[in-house]
Amino acid sequence: MTTKQEPIDPGTPPWLLVVALATASPHAEHLPPWLTLLVAGALVWRAWLWHRRWRLPPGWCLALLVLASVAGIAWQFNGLLGREAGVSMLVLFMALKPLEMNTRRDALVVVMLGFFLLLTHYLYSQSIATGLWLLASCTLLTAALIRLHGGAQPFADIAGQAGLLLLQALPFMLILYLLFPRISGPLWGLPQDAHGGRSGLSNEMAPGSISNLILSGAIAFRSRFVGEIPEKTELYWRGPVFDDYDGFTWHPAAPKIKLPTSEPVIEVIGTEHRYTSIVEAHNQRWLLALDLATSRPPEAVLAPTLEVLSHEPLRARARFSFASSVDYRANRVEAPAILQQALSLPAEVNPRSRALASKWRSLPPAGITEAALSLFRQEDFHYTLRPPLLGANPIDEFLFGTRRGFCEHYASAFVFLMRAAGVPARVVTGYQGGEMNPVDGYLVIRQSDAHAWAEVWLAGEGWVRFDPTAAVAPSRIEQGIATALPSGEPLPDIVRLDADWLRQVRNRWEAANNTWNQWVLGYNPQRQRDVLSRLGLPNPDWRSMSASLALLCGLVLLVVTLWTLPRRRPVDPVERAWQNYCARLGQHGIDRFPWEGPLAFAQRVASQRPELAALTNEAACCYAGLRYGRSNGEQLYRLQECVRRLPPHGRRKA
Amino acid sequence: MPPSNKASPVSEILAAANVVILGKPMQTRLALCCLLAKGHLLIEDLPGVGKTTLAHTLARLLGFQFARIQFTSDMLPADIVGVSIFDRERGSFRFLPGPVFSQVLLADEINRATPKTQSALLEAMEEGQVTAEGETRPLPQPFFVIATQNPSTQIGTFPLPESQLDRFLLRLDLGYPDRDAERRLLESGGRREQLPAIDARLGPDEFAGLQRQAAAVHAAPVLLDYLQLLVAATRREPRFVHGLSPRAALSLLSAARAWAFTDGRDMVLPEDVQAVLPAVARHRLRLASGNHADAEDIANLIRAVPLP
Repeated sequence: MTTKQEPIDPGTPPWLLVVALATASPHAEHLPPWLTLLVAGALVWRAWLWHRRWRLPPGWCLALLVLASVAGIAWQFNGLLGREAGVSMLVLFMALKPLEMNTRRDALVVVMLGFFLLLTHYLYSQSIATGLWLLASCTLLTAALIRLHGGAQPFADIAGQAGLLLLQALPFMLILYLLFPRISGPLWGLPQDAHGGRSGLSNEMAPGSISNLILSGAIAFRSRFVGEIPEKTELYWRGPVFDDYDGFTWHPAAPKIKLPTSEPVIEVIGTEHRYTSIVEAHNQRWLLALDLATSRPPEAVLAPTLEVLSHEPLRARARFSFASSVDYRANRVEAPAILQQALSLPAEVNPRSRALASKWRSLPPAGITEAALSLFRQEDFHYTLRPPLLGANPIDEFLFGTRRGFCEHYASAFVFLMRAAGVPARVVTGYQGGEMNPVDGYLVIRQSDAHAWAEVWLAGEGWVRFDPTAAVAPSRIEQGIATALPSGEPLPDIVRLDADWLRQVRNRWEAANNTWNQWVLGYNPQRQRDVLSRLGLPNPDWRSMSASLALLCGLVLLVVTLWTLPRRRPVDPVERAWQNYCARLGQHGIDRFPWEGPLAFAQRVASQRPELAALTNEAACCYAGLRYGRSNGEQLYRLQECVRRLPPHGRRKA
Repeated sequence: MPPSNKASPVSEILAAANVVILGKPMQTRLALCCLLAKGHLLIEDLPGVGKTTLAHTLARLLGFQFARIQFTSDMLPADIVGVSIFDRERGSFRFLPGPVFSQVLLADEINRATPKTQSALLEAMEEGQVTAEGETRPLPQPFFVIATQNPSTQIGTFPLPESQLDRFLLRLDLGYPDRDAERRLLESGGRREQLPAIDARLGPDEFAGLQRQAAAVHAAPVLLDYLQLLVAATRREPRFVHGLSPRAALSLLSAARAWAFTDGRDMVLPEDVQAVLPAVARHRLRLASGNHADAEDIANLIRAVPLP
């Protein structure tokens, strides 16, 4: 009851201000600017008061400040409920509490508030950087607590002690992490932007839509193969398929035409590749399997146009396991509705292209595709991210005029020519290639690997892939986009890393992110079950998990205790007898100060309680001789005798 | 426990000293402890509070040969150490020893002298010998310096540097006498007249025996733990510019032993360390403000360190 009102040690405010700064500053990113300024101002003010050893502001002044700020927050967020308003209030308290920090109790409130505020950062970000920052802040908060209770010590001692404490907590953290029953879905609302526009392939294609996506170096998904990885030129990751053309934009035809209900028929020719993909959220249903998927996860279907789709749009990063064969026959017998759709063209656009294609109608289908490819190969076509704008007959202008384009131009023109020549064809978009990260063995596919190609249905062979871009710029398929594009094109730097060490740094960073995603953010009930069954706890329910949680924590506690016990000095019987004596004197209302020597204490007792003087003096002399002198065990007996002789009076109130 | 000091030589000396020096039993005892612990003593206070009387009384009670130097700003080292003069009869130089060749040397107002002169004395204190005109001469044994100095705020003083302050085992403040003591002083007249009447209470070699006994007082490991904790506390307390040195820790221990000895005990208790700590530590601990630590600082230090 006395410790609460203890005035604060003049050395502690800097610690607490640093605590406030560390826990509140990352929120500056999403707080209203006036609040950030207010918080910074309050902290600087407190630091200045401490520096000049001036008095803290009076209570009424702080009360006014709090009321005005709370009103401001309520006005800003239309009330005080909700994440933003709540976090703003916490940050505000964190900044203003130090201004009334006079006693140790106030300082404790600041530290506790700091721990709470720390948690709110996870509402905004769950990246590695946030995790590291919170770990550092947690150490700092612990250090501040140590400083608060332990008094002035060198910084290294305090930091070391805080680090040791957190290190001792580590096994418990791991046990709780592994075993605490998980619930599916997050405990609190996901970060606001979870369902917002994420970059990725879109469900339509017009000139420019893919070349815009190329500008992002963000990772689209990662794949790890069980066996060997197919050739780079075989790595076509299938996204949305477009078979409806309106003269400018390609769309999927699905809503317009009646699709067959039977599953597509895929005949595998070569070996099957097994792999697992971790797909970043993109708010669409396609799962980007390697062309063509022969087995897929249970929660996905194979669309009539051969891409793998999930039942729901992918709103969070997820893992999927597939098997694919790069050598296949797909739908040798195709539904008439699909073939019909694969031949349809809008009337009256691109007359010159139609005229060109109609010349090829007499050729067999294989001859038609070859004719189109050799057109791209032999004429002066260029592969570029910055093609000129196209007008009302975009394919005519492209084929006979500009001749500069990106993969969507080539795929679109090729499919148009095929259809005009009477061969069923469609546009497939997705990703092509990928880069192996040697650090964790994952193939990384970025948005900049986005690609569009063509698929032609040939009688007896089914759907066959043709990539007109490969005819124009073979290096795009063989080596990747960075080599295929002329230098000076606006490709993201992360894709065009020349320096080897930079590439290595990037690889390590991305591998670390991948591990974090899988083991920390993606540690869901399914993953937990997998881990536990691998640890020999098959089919765990929450009861067995809680039981093993308690058991393991108890075991760790036991180990830690056994480890520290021998370091503790055994309580010596002399010391115990003297402590007993002092404790019993404490019941008489006289407490020994921790720094008070035995004879000095006896003297004080003699002046305050003459009736206890003789006994206390005897006890003190015995104790002094035993502890500081060369006395033997006989004195110990006398000391214990003194403890017994001390009358066990209760505290007498005057 | 220890047989109470039934007229031991130490208590006799203290009783006799307290007849002359009125109302200062604590300081008298600390001064005697300092000599028992073979240390030099620095007394700092205003003029006229009895610094010289204390020094002179102790010297007479212990039966030591006493000399006194009044330091002034124009004093030279030779005034302390001595000079060689030419003896015409013998046709050679003869060394005339200076006042430093005595057993108890009272160096009055040491901070009035220039640093050069101060250091001549301080060297003698450290080495126990003086070198003059190429010849090294040992000083008599025992050799004690009791230096007095005026507070350095007074005009015309050269404050002793840290390194030289460290050579004094203890530093005392005398302070004004209390009301009763001052009244007795006024009634019985000045103290200087009583000095010649003081008889030595000890024989020539007895004091050395007492010193040996004081040094043999038992310091238990747990007491050394406590002493180390105190010293460590001075080192981490941010108010002090730096903490106590290992030499200061040794001084603290020997002073605490002597204090326990004057109490008639054969073991050192934490109370002994606490009693001598202000006198040992105050002149060795400097605050960030430039002043030396005051009594309150030391009391806070003691209160901050629980007994192990």
